[in-house]
Amino acid sequence: MTDNSLTDTAGRTAAATSGRRPPPPIERIPVLRWIRENLAQTPFNMLVTVICLVVLFYALPSFVEWGLINATFVAADHTVCREATGACWAVIGEKHRPMFFGIYPYEEHWRLLVAVIIYISAVIITMIPAFWQYRILVPVWLFTLASTLTLMWGGVLGLPEVDNSQWGGLPLTLILFSGTLVIGFPLAIVLALGRRSSMPAVKAVSVVFIESLRGVPLITILFVAVNVFPLFLPQGLDFDKLLRVMVGMAIFFACYQAEVIRGGLQAISRGQYEAAEALGLGYWQTMIRIILPQALRISLPGIVNHIIAAFKNTSFVLIIGLFDMLTATTAVMQDPEWRRFTIEAYLCVGFVYFCFCFALSKYSQLVERWLGEGKKF
Amino acid sequence: MKVATQMASRKSDDSIFNSEGFRALAYQVLLCAGLLFLLWSLYANVNENLARQGIATGWNFLTTSSGFDIGETLIEYSAADTYGRALVVGILNTLMVAFFGIIFATILGVFMGVARVSRNWLLSTIASWYVEICRNVPVVLHVIFWGTVIHLLPQPRQAFTPFEGAFLMNRGLVLPVPEADPSHPWIGAALVAGIVGVFYLRKWAQRRREATGQYIPILWPALALIVVPPLAVWLAFGAPLVWDVPALRGFNFRGGMALSPEFIALLVGITAYTGAFIAEIVRAGIQSVPAGQIEAARALGLRPGFIMRYVTMPQALRVIVPPTTSQYLSLTKNSSLGVLLGYPDLVNIGNTTLNQTGQAVEAIAVMMVVYLSISITISVCMNFYNRVVAIKER
Repeated sequence: MTDNSLTDTAGRTAAATSGRRPPPPIERIPVLRWIRENLAQTPFNMLVTVICLVVLFYALPSFVEWGLINATFVAADHTVCREATGACWAVIGEKHRPMFFGIYPYEEHWRLLVAVIIYISAVIITMIPAFWQYRILVPVWLFTLASTLTLMWGGVLGLPEVDNSQWGGLPLTLILFSGTLVIGFPLAIVLALGRRSSMPAVKAVSVVFIESLRGVPLITILFVAVNVFPLFLPQGLDFDKLLRVMVGMAIFFACYQAEVIRGGLQAISRGQYEAAEALGLGYWQTMIRIILPQALRISLPGIVNHIIAAFKNTSFVLIIGLFDMLTATTAVMQDPEWRRFTIEAYLCVGFVYFCFCFALSKYSQLVERWLGEGKKF
Repeated sequence: MKVATQMASRKSDDSIFNSEGFRALAYQVLLCAGLLFLLWSLYANVNENLARQGIATGWNFLTTSSGFDIGETLIEYSAADTYGRALVVGILNTLMVAFFGIIFATILGVFMGVARVSRNWLLSTIASWYVEICRNVPVVLHVIFWGTVIHLLPQPRQAFTPFEGAFLMNRGLVLPVPEADPSHPWIGAALVAGIVGVFYLRKWAQRRREATGQYIPILWPALALIVVPPLAVWLAFGAPLVWDVPALRGFNFRGGMALSPEFIALLVGITAYTGAFIAEIVRAGIQSVPAGQIEAARALGLRPGFIMRYVTMPQALRVIVPPTTSQYLSLTKNSSLGVLLGYPDLVNIGNTTLNQTGQAVEAIAVMMVVYLSISITISVCMNFYNRVVAIKER
């Protein structure tokens, strides 16, 4: 009985297959099928493909020739590069230390390398959800702060002291970035809450502050931090230039971030506020325990976008002469012997920025997925 | 402190300090008083510091002679002119680069955004590489990178010729332009009249379609309206056409229209950067239109062009316009990076003014106020456009 029915089904299936015409040959070859489905669905798409191929055919070979085939990867000195027609990647081998570590004393560069490794490890630890607990993250960041600053400044444990005017390169970029976030994020939350406040004066001050700073370029804020801010202080009182610039960038960051957070705050339903009030929570308790956790989660994509922007914006200090990674590279490339190969050095720095920003944006997509999964409350 | 007072207020107590209205008022008075005190002390400090350093205050410098030359100007300017005029030159240069930047970034961004959602794998891959590379690199690097590249281009003698009469070299780009002719203003007026005509033609066709359901194709009449009147005026003037072709004289080109290397590098840099962001916005906008809408349109038998024009675009634009506005604003603000290349924009000239007069407060105030005004103008224009494309509740 069972056997019978099986044969019956099999027989019918066989009949159905044989009854249909065999697929055209092109569909049986996976590669050809893929091309048909992805490159040549319609005559118009075929034309697009052909145009793309023509453009690539003209553009790619010259790039490959310049960047790989005729390029110099190792060179004893600049004359080797000058003889080659392609790119001179050897310039990175020659100049990478001043590019990434600036004018920090040469023998002490290992300290910066260790500091950067500690910092990046701490960032990676922070990114893993399993470690999202106060008892792990607080010690990790306290250790990171203490160890990196000790390494950079020195003066203890037998490390020679290095003044912060000599800090530069990638560590300075990371310091500016971290400082911007640490100062800017709380400020952003305060501004966002201020803009949503029911008190007219608080609201007006927040709106004017946010909107007027969002309307001007970052450069002008940095000019204020460098040129005008010292004039604001009573005589004899002065802040470090690095700190001033950091505060300027933090304020700029906070104004943009505040708008993103405000968007999240607006998305929280009235019921949440009313429930908190019914529980007898005060304003700050309502905000910190009920509203902000939800608002920050909702606005997470925007928040990460502005964090990435803050990382890229650290490069604006080139204009006011702080030695971040880009300024250091520009300065190093003034060397007349290697000057012709500035492009290669910039491409290298660009690649470093790209890695940081790309990793951050991919990570934010991951977090969005995680939060989306857990969003069943 | 606020937390403490609020916590204390939990105990029921009808003293005035526990009245919500009174406390709100008190906080606001405190905030305003604090702000006023801060501003007053800053003002006093600035005055004292400036007096001690012997730096003049006030706006007199605007009417004194600047003493520096500017490489490229849209209006007549020489070193004998005032700082005020120099700043106007800077503002015009900023506006020029921002204007072209917005146009090119929009074209590039829309093209790349549409390419990213293309079903053609090759095209969408190329577009996503462009987007990922350009938006993950700082705009500062974009600008100085192109500034470096343009100086590696050949000397004028070996200049590239992208097309007949145009030359691209390390001193910028020179293009042939028609020589000035009395007919030009009239041709321009005819063009404007044609564009206005197209606007009304479109309105008429739309009203007619809504009233009768009859679709009137206006593409060809519209093109004719734009092309024919200027052409007719030009012919009526006897078709005057003399090209001012740039030619190599000595070490440089004379004639034609010259674009400086700084301008080109700045324009390419900010266009490439902002274009990537606009591409993402356009992609998100197109993808935000539910697939069901397009399937329904197909089921009704609409042609692909119709679907794009009447179904996809109106819905996508609502998502696209607001974030694109902020990209335009950031492009305008990023044009201040011209200072890195020596392009004489507002920040560059303001900075020179600052260094020469020492009047940092005034110079930076001018920059901020001008950028703020430009930002507000762009916002107002785009908000108007946004109202045009926004959902109309009927």
